[in-house]
Amino acid sequence: MLYFLRKQKYLIDYTLSSLLRRKGKSLGLLAVYSMIVFMLASVTLFSHALRHEAGLMLQASPEIILQRMEAGRHAMIPADYLQRIGQLRGVKQKAGRLWGYYYDPAVKANYTIMTGGQSETPLTNIIIGTGIARARGLDVGDYLTLRSQNGEAFSFQISALLDDKSELVSADLLLMSPQAFRRVFNIPEGLYTDLVLSVRNPREVIKVVEKLTQLLPDTRPILRDEVLRTYDSVFSWRQGILFVLLTGSILAFVIFAWDKASGLSAEERREIGILKAVGWETADVMRMKFWEGMIISLTAFLIGYLAAYAHVFYASASLFEPVLKGWAVLYPQFRLTPFVDGLQLATLFFFSVLPYIVATIIPIWRTSIADPDAVMR
Amino acid sequence: MRKSNAFIVCIFLLLVGFTASLIDAGIRQHQAVSENASGTVLVQQLGLTDLVLFTEARYTRHPSQSDLHSAFQDHPMALEHFPSGSLLLPPQRMQ
Repeated sequence: MLYFLRKQKYLIDYTLSSLLRRKGKSLGLLAVYSMIVFMLASVTLFSHALRHEAGLMLQASPEIILQRMEAGRHAMIPADYLQRIGQLRGVKQKAGRLWGYYYDPAVKANYTIMTGGQSETPLTNIIIGTGIARARGLDVGDYLTLRSQNGEAFSFQISALLDDKSELVSADLLLMSPQAFRRVFNIPEGLYTDLVLSVRNPREVIKVVEKLTQLLPDTRPILRDEVLRTYDSVFSWRQGILFVLLTGSILAFVIFAWDKASGLSAEERREIGILKAVGWETADVMRMKFWEGMIISLTAFLIGYLAAYAHVFYASASLFEPVLKGWAVLYPQFRLTPFVDGLQLATLFFFSVLPYIVATIIPIWRTSIADPDAVMR
Repeated sequence: MRKSNAFIVCIFLLLVGFTASLIDAGIRQHQAVSENASGTVLVQQLGLTDLVLFTEARYTRHPSQSDLHSAFQDHPMALEHFPSGSLLLPPQRMQ
């Protein structure tokens, strides 16, 4: 065992000396390789963490949302639909929600205006998300003027800011009283934006939805499962798109690595010939080349992964921010919780380390079984 | 120092960093339970359904609540207005 380990150490010594003889080429390869792993790992870690975060937070979203459709588009729903739903078996709670969008021309941003919250908000007070506060430079006690549907200006005093830890779901929220909401948007009493229902037994949700669509054929129910699936597919798609965009650079790297590994230079072929001539066995040459692949790919994997971890979870994935931000003015400041699973790491390792080792070994095997005299010529 | 020893030390340090990242992930997941509580409470209280990631249009702000075919809601041949639209997949129920 000791003999085996000592032999491997000598092989590593030799391999490192060989790599350092071609310092520029080797360091260049390591840098490009690490960069590729960094990009792949960043996309994987970011999408996975965001998907996980969305799944955890939205687990508490309403079980069923009922929207009324008019000419194929979402319309306000009359409050008497709540009575029409009546005592539907299995429905635990039902309520109307009032929410909408407000475009603020001052900062060219869209706010989401809602009613509700723990305490009853007074008519002239509002609670805003930290994204709005940042964009408008507002704080508690300041006033924000909104222009109503019929041109009137309403000034609201900011009574509180929403917790910045919840920014991922609340950055653009503006909470006001239902009366203020109805006055700003000119919505008469007896109309809601949509209805939310909760069901006692989760296994009965589909049955309740069937009954609802029969009872209220002009409505569209949206289930919590659909909300969660939407986010799952949004992030899978986003991750897929980023991978597609990265494909070009990955292919360039594959060609580079393949060319470096398979098209052995005359100098490398001569080196192998000399090694064989001085008594190295084919297996030793292969082991040496295995170590060469291992040293480069393992080091690149670890450097790339650690840089990606720091980028995503400590630098808030700043490289991806312009892509995610799009044309939006309001963007939440959030620090993602790291969710790293074994399968994710294994996939990354499998696709980044193994192909390089395999690409290195095969051409070396072909050269090292050749006659040293022929190789040296 | 022999080159192989220097390499082993480097790999050892990188592996320590790798293990530290896994430990850090574990610790932060534990902390996140209490930190996320405010977000979860808000989601429950207000019945929130979407993340504030893309606020430029109503169908990107609330992809789960948008009209069917909302990306083309102006007219069926309308071109996409927003960069996010090219990155968002239609909700599962529409596929």
